[in-house]
Formats: sequence, C-alpha cells, structure tokens
Amino acid sequence: MNGAQDLGGQMGFGPIELEDNEPNFHAKWEQRAFALTLAMGATGSWNIDTSRHARESLPPADYLSSSYYKIWTMGLEKLCLDKGLITESELSSGKALEPAKPVKQVLKAENVSAVLAKGGPADRPEEQPARFKVGDKIRTKRMHPEGHTRLPRYARDTVGVIDAIHGVHVFPDTSAHGKGENPTWLYSVAFKGTDVWGPESDPSVSLRIDLWEPYLDLA
Amino acid sequence: MSHDHSHDHDHDHSELSEIELRVRALETLLTDKGYIDPPALDELIETYETKIGPKNGARVVARTWTDPAFRDRLLSDATAAIAEFGFTGRQGEHMVVVENSPTTHNMVVCTLCSCYPWTVLGLPPVWYKSAPYRSRAVRDPRGVLAEFGVSLPEGQEIRVWDSTAEVRYLVIPERPEGTADWSEDKLADLVTRDSMIGTGLALAPSGAAA
Repeated sequence: MNGAQDLGGQMGFGPIELEDNEPNFHAKWEQRAFALTLAMGATGSWNIDTSRHARESLPPADYLSSSYYKIWTMGLEKLCLDKGLITESELSSGKALEPAKPVKQVLKAENVSAVLAKGGPADRPEEQPARFKVGDKIRTKRMHPEGHTRLPRYARDTVGVIDAIHGVHVFPDTSAHGKGENPTWLYSVAFKGTDVWGPESDPSVSLRIDLWEPYLDLA
Repeated sequence: MSHDHSHDHDHDHSELSEIELRVRALETLLTDKGYIDPPALDELIETYETKIGPKNGARVVARTWTDPAFRDRLLSDATAAIAEFGFTGRQGEHMVVVENSPTTHNMVVCTLCSCYPWTVLGLPPVWYKSAPYRSRAVRDPRGVLAEFGVSLPEGQEIRVWDSTAEVRYLVIPERPEGTADWSEDKLADLVTRDSMIGTGLALAPSGAAA
C-alpha cells in the first residue's frame, strides 16, 4: 500500500539525528513493547508480513509522528484486536472480560534462546524454475496495490538487471492478508541511480533491491 | 522525587507517560488472558541488552580480514559461515555480506520498515528506523554519508541495498591500513556498528579502543 511507511525518496524530513553511545532502549516501556511484540509473535497468531502490514496501515499522520516502539505498540494492539485475541472493551478497560482464544503456543523464558536461534526462515522448496536469470534486463511493474507489497514506490516502472537469485521465498503480498504463502522466486535487482532518480542525479549511485518475480517483467 | 511514582524518562515528553500506561495495560491484559508469560519478556530484553549486538558482527568482519578460507565460505554462503560463530536465527535467517573495495562502497537501508541483521548487529539504532535516513539513503547516499562525517572519493560507486525481503545484509568494511600484523581480536575493536551498515568506515588504528 502507498502508506506513510514507503519512505524511499520522500523529502523534507530534515537531518538524521545521531546519538553517541545510544542505548538499545530509551525507556522501560520500549523494552516491554519490544518484548511483548516478539512474545505475541511467538504465539503463532500471525506472520511477519501481517505484522508489518498492521504497522504500515496506521493512519499516515500517526505513523509519521510516533516513535518506533509506539508504532509497534499500536500495531500489536491492532493485531490482537483483528485476530480476536482481545476485544475493544478489554483494551480500553485493561481487564480480561472474555475467555482467552486458544493460541498455538505461549513463549516461556526457558525457550526464548532456542526460539530466537531458530528464527523464522522465509525460504521454501523450489517447485518451478526461475523465470529470470542473472543478467536479464527487467522492468518493475507499475502498480499501486491497496494491500501489502514490498515493491517500493520509487522503484516501480523502472528498468534494472537481475544481479542475483536468492531462491524461493514467501510472497508477502498474499501472506500478509491470509491468502497463503505462495512462495515465489526472489531476486536481487540492480538499478542505476539515474534510472531511478533521473539524469540529473548522482551518477555514482546504484541500488540493489530484493524483488519477487510477480513484480517483474522482461524489459 | 516530588512525584508519587517513579519515572525513567524526560518529563518534557508527556507522550511518554501516556504510552507507558498504554504498554503496561496491554501487558497486563495479555498476561491475564494467558497469551504471554512475563518472565519470557524479561528474558527477551536481557538477550538483546547483553548477548546480541554489533560485537558479534565485528568478530565476523575481523575473521573475514584475517582468514581467507573463512572469507570464501562467507561470500558463498554467509548464513552458514556466520553460524560458525553461533550467530543464527531471528532477523538473520538469510544473510548476505557485501564487501567494500576501493571502487565500491556499500550502504544498507530498509525504506519500508526497519529490516536489520539482528544476529550480527543487534537492534537497530533510532536513526536507522527514522524517516530522515529511510527517505534519503536511497536518493542521496553521499549527502547522508556527509552527515555521518564520511566523505568518499569522487567516482567511487555507492551501492545502496534496500532490504525489502527477509534477506539481511552485513557490510564488510575495508581493512584499515597499518594493521597487517594485528590479531583478529584487536582488529575487531576497529569495526564499528556504522561501518557494518555502511554509514561509517572501520576505525584507523590510532582511533581504536585500547
């Protein structure tokens, strides 16, 4: 979706604010929001694409004016509501009023390190040959889906070259919406900066973007 | 303290106490419903505060500089080579390393969210997740690097990696001159977090921690 999250190439955000010896968290609530998000993710009630979509579909003004862990908190509330794990009245009262919904698992402290070490690989078995090979000239699609996508706006309808083939990965555009993993080939695509930003832009810039096969056509 | 409850934040930001209450209420609710076990939250926080961070990545870089056989393994299958250190799993499931050279400088961003190689760098700094960096890194990387105090030779290609998938990128900075006889451990002290994102360079020997 063309939400506030799709920031590449936007202007006017000012200088980058750097902080020496920055801590991982700037307040206790950030620690809790972070850990709550990971622990709820471990219940298996949604996947990473669904959780990204929950954050990016926040109203743009809220997204842009909130700190990152506040965005995570709002995204987590939304996911819990959407999946029926909690109700609006429970969220506003802070009290459990309905029976809990069964979840696949509850993360225990003793399992944390094993769960983190295992992670959640996104690669899947190859079932069809890749449509493109390294060196192929492609053009990204012109598209503006209202749902989740990982083709940034700045890189749409743009000519590039297949630079590497990563394998078959879960397709976020359907996975985010409960429409299946639909694993598809994932490529690293090389773009000239001038093909993306125009002939006046810095000629020494190039880009590499990871893009799924359905985003691409032969040029 | 004049307040009846303790704060660990700046009083000028009233949003923080509101969000503090909001997060606390959510944790209480999710605990009461039985979806989470609070000691697991403590363990998650402890892990990222103490066990996983850019020191992991610095060890990988230092070995890349000193061990050509490791470098070969890393370039052909970074996930497997990095697993030799025990750095595996969440947000590092599919690793790729990109090596800087006199002709190419690599820099990593996630314009769509905050994808970052947690297994080797830990959690991303605020600036990495912020709109100024995410918007500008892809369009004006030279300008971004200038804000980090990095000036690259004119004509050196700047290759910007936008992490749009579950592939995570680690930059291998160029090995500083004057370190030919240095040990792997000593070299690791020259490898900063920013040098592994590509917004910095490895430290010169005189700038290293003692």
